Amino acid sequence: MKLKKTFAAATMLAGTMTALSFMSAGAAQAQGALVMYCAVQEEWCRAMTTAFERETGIKVSMTRKSSGEIYAQVKAESQNPRADIWWGGTGDPHMQAAEEGLTEEYKSPKMSELQDWAVRQWEQSKQRTVGIYSGALGFGYNTEQAKANNIGEPKCWADLLKAELKDEVQVADPNSSGTAYTLLATIIQIMGEDKGFEYLKALHKNVNQYTKSGAAPAKATALGETTVGITFMHDMVTMVVDKAPVKVVAPCEGTGYEIGSMSIIKGAKNMDSAKKFYDWALTADAQKLGAEAKSYQVPSNKNTPIPPQAPKLTDVKLINFDFAKYGSSDERRRLLSKWDNEVKNLPK
Amino acid sequence: MTRATLGWIVLCWVGFALLPWYGFDRSASPTIADYFVSGSAVAHGFRGAWWLLPILVPLGMTLVPVIRPSLRQKGTWLLASGLLGLALIVLQGFSIGLNGWTMDALKVFGEPGPRQAGMGYGAALASAALLIVLCHGLAARGWCRGDAFITSSIGAVVALILVFVFFPVSTILASAFADNSGNFAPSEFISKFMDKSIWGLDCVTSDLRCGVAWNTLFLGLLVAFGTTALGLAFALIATRTEFRYKKLLRVMSVLPIITPPFVIGLALILLFGRSGALSNLLWEWFGVPRSRWIYGLPGVLIAQLLAFTPIAFLVLIGVVQGISPTLEEASQTLRAKSWTTFWTVTLPLMRPGLANAFLLGFVESLADFGNPLVLAGNYEVLSTKIFFAVVGAQQDQGRAAVLSIILLAFTLGAFWMQHAWLGKKVYTTVTGKGDSGIPLPLPRRVALASYFTAIPWAIFTVAVYAIIVVGAFVRSMGRDYTPTFEHFLTAFRVERADWGLYFSGSAWNSFFATVKVAALSAPLTAAIGLLTAYLLTRQRFSGQRSFEFGTLLSFAIPGTVVGVSYILAFNVPPIEITGTGFILVMCFVFRNMPVGVRSGIATLSQIDKSLDEASLTLGARSATTMRRVVLPLLRPAIVASLVYSFVRAMTAVSAVIFLVTAEYNMATTYIVGRVEAGEFGLAIAYSTALIIVMLLAIVAIQLIVGERRLGRRSASAAPSPVAVQAVP
Repeated sequence: MKLKKTFAAATMLAGTMTALSFMSAGAAQAQGALVMYCAVQEEWCRAMTTAFERETGIKVSMTRKSSGEIYAQVKAESQNPRADIWWGGTGDPHMQAAEEGLTEEYKSPKMSELQDWAVRQWEQSKQRTVGIYSGALGFGYNTEQAKANNIGEPKCWADLLKAELKDEVQVADPNSSGTAYTLLATIIQIMGEDKGFEYLKALHKNVNQYTKSGAAPAKATALGETTVGITFMHDMVTMVVDKAPVKVVAPCEGTGYEIGSMSIIKGAKNMDSAKKFYDWALTADAQKLGAEAKSYQVPSNKNTPIPPQAPKLTDVKLINFDFAKYGSSDERRRLLSKWDNEVKNLPK
Repeated sequence: MTRATLGWIVLCWVGFALLPWYGFDRSASPTIADYFVSGSAVAHGFRGAWWLLPILVPLGMTLVPVIRPSLRQKGTWLLASGLLGLALIVLQGFSIGLNGWTMDALKVFGEPGPRQAGMGYGAALASAALLIVLCHGLAARGWCRGDAFITSSIGAVVALILVFVFFPVSTILASAFADNSGNFAPSEFISKFMDKSIWGLDCVTSDLRCGVAWNTLFLGLLVAFGTTALGLAFALIATRTEFRYKKLLRVMSVLPIITPPFVIGLALILLFGRSGALSNLLWEWFGVPRSRWIYGLPGVLIAQLLAFTPIAFLVLIGVVQGISPTLEEASQTLRAKSWTTFWTVTLPLMRPGLANAFLLGFVESLADFGNPLVLAGNYEVLSTKIFFAVVGAQQDQGRAAVLSIILLAFTLGAFWMQHAWLGKKVYTTVTGKGDSGIPLPLPRRVALASYFTAIPWAIFTVAVYAIIVVGAFVRSMGRDYTPTFEHFLTAFRVERADWGLYFSGSAWNSFFATVKVAALSAPLTAAIGLLTAYLLTRQRFSGQRSFEFGTLLSFAIPGTVVGVSYILAFNVPPIEITGTGFILVMCFVFRNMPVGVRSGIATLSQIDKSLDEASLTLGARSATTMRRVVLPLLRPAIVASLVYSFVRAMTAVSAVIFLVTAEYNMATTYIVGRVEAGEFGLAIAYSTALIIVMLLAIVAIQLIVGERRLGRRSASAAPSPVAVQAVP
């Protein structure tokens, strides 16, 4: 029996050592520290982290996740918050968190420098979240595939219903992706709810796949797996910059947009650092970093130079997107279940 | 009173009176005094934390049998003190939280009530020691024939499963019965459960879609059959034939298991996608039109077969090796044809292996997340649906919980059917008796069938991996084939600074953290898994079946659910461990333990108990028996569980996505981020590096553990007069 005991003792010892080595590693120190959940691309997150550290000397612990994952985590951690600031990611989860009181009210002195849409986001959320960038919805097509399939140049939402594009359009599933939900809300706001659903039903015939992730159609378009992909335009631009045969289109009927947002977590352990970061992230200098990290969203500070590759919002016909209505959880649930029942389950 | 019992009693006191009872706040910088005495429960107790003082009563009770050795009911005293102590610790831990009372009923005693932080080393040690004291008490009362080691092991495993599986999982499953604002609402559960998108059967009668539950079940069954068949073919070729490239075959079959998620899916798209390499060839040479057939059931099926066949292979090879040739020879002597022998003797003896391989394949397919995410197209399965119910636009945790319950039910159903199929038959073939037989060469048609399934599959695997390797070294797979090292440099750049090497690549952080977590969790997983297998096969105790079921549970629950439930359960006192690496290790240990258990059971059920007994009869102590007989025979199981848990810790996605922090970022979450950003090259390059690390680890594990040598002669060896070779 002795060996078994040694074995058991060794196991326990190993377990304890593990616990010790990890627990004593400790996380960020309270003074001059900031825990940040970041929802944009890794490179941009890193650039923000290092620039802020260099500027203020505050040590930033950054974790990158998708916006929905961060929302789920912040909600689960609400009893004992771990993060201080949630930077980036599409606005809906931020609005949802604001609605549930998971985030903190804050009025930054930099508010006057922001674009109207960013301030509106802040007002609608009762000062709990603010816009830091925005991107318009659009679509892109693979020029090689378009030529091979003789499709011409689609320019409008209506063009996507052409019979030649049967099984050639890719878009995410609005149940899993904020991008696709933006499309759903946009189409309804352009055409009205009944006509809008007629359009989506017609589009359903041309959709080859409802992807899980919102940006996935951009990659599929670049690789030629689909001819047309509906995504945020900046996702397509990233593919173009990477020299993929893709052309980005701003639909002629007008289009909706997302507002990438920033919120301070309620009960943040490092509230001062979080506010410092908040103010800094709204400056033009901080917002310049996006384009340098190959992310081509439109920054919210009026003084930030807009990257030349970015789809200029002035050239895009933007609709007056009602974030308060379409961001509320009741309306979202209603539209999603309607889409599930009336569109997704249709035969091809 | 044994020395061991006394030792554990001392440890109770050490945990209570010396070590810090509470965990340290991360911002605090504890002094030596905080670590000893002044941070202990006794000190806290007299400084106002009155709720800790009652624990002194059971601690005092442990001393009674020490002081009065003549006492007859020592066991009862130990049992009572252990039970009472644990009950008090749990009660105070759960009723007093960070912000006062945790239950509304307690608020009548004043609000907000006392506060306390999460438990620290002292509390952990005291609880563990009290548990062992309790088990020693049980043993003293005659449980498990008075073997304190066995009762303690059972107690420890049960406690660990309760804390790290049942507790977190029950917190999240409770949300299946709650409405959106958290109130109890069973009608919500029924309406969510009966949803048409889950159980719809439209695909039978029309071209509409079937419910996600049927999809998952169908895919799981196909994958389980496929992996078991392929795994068996590989195992038969590797053990029973003279195939020249056996070694190569073995290495190749293990490759998919060490491949990070998404990579197989990406490679399949790059090969068979509409613009894939192979599709292009087929189009240009044969005019086969390009299509998207890979997106959907076929794609996921192929990817999962690639990914999970090695698990079946690892389980089956131990079993095939273990089958005694004696029985086969007996069958031949009775003039059975080789086919009859194979069909009526060999195959039935492999049943435990086949059943376990099938079960693992089925469960793995159900829990798989990465492949459906990339390849499933419009074919929906439960695992991704659950993930997006939590993080997607719906943000509906209740729905995720309902779907998890369905997934869980499928897994448990499979578990039950496996038991029913195996029944109470005996599969012991490794005995001490003269195994002088020569393993039967495979019957012709079985050999041919094995070759015809295994070799094309192996070639296919090579093709997939060729794509992966090429992908790591070209600028952009599928579009631009300019060779480059750019991806490796971005991820793994090392610069020379004045003060030494500076790891400036963006992947180094997550790389080191991943290796550390994997290396720590692998031995723990193997130890706990094999200990559990030993308890399940070699001991008889009441509640054994539910014990076995508990060990399987964490495997059956989808990673996303485990991840969220770990945050819900372990972010607040009494057990506050989120944000540490410890939570990652525990998560991996309990998610991967079932493989150790399954392979341990499969191997142990083949080994005759009389081997242990013979060794004991010959005068070896049980320590020697364990070391010289049981453990060497268990080598395949040890290797399987070590390899599997190491590899899994490096490749798991869905569970850890919620648990990673800035310090403990995992390789897979980094890769997911890269895939999302469309940087396939970098993702594949990082994966290649991980594959190499895992290959090295597997070779190291094989070398350290060694191979099991059974006294079986191969047909070519000269007949030896010695019937049984000594087991090393």
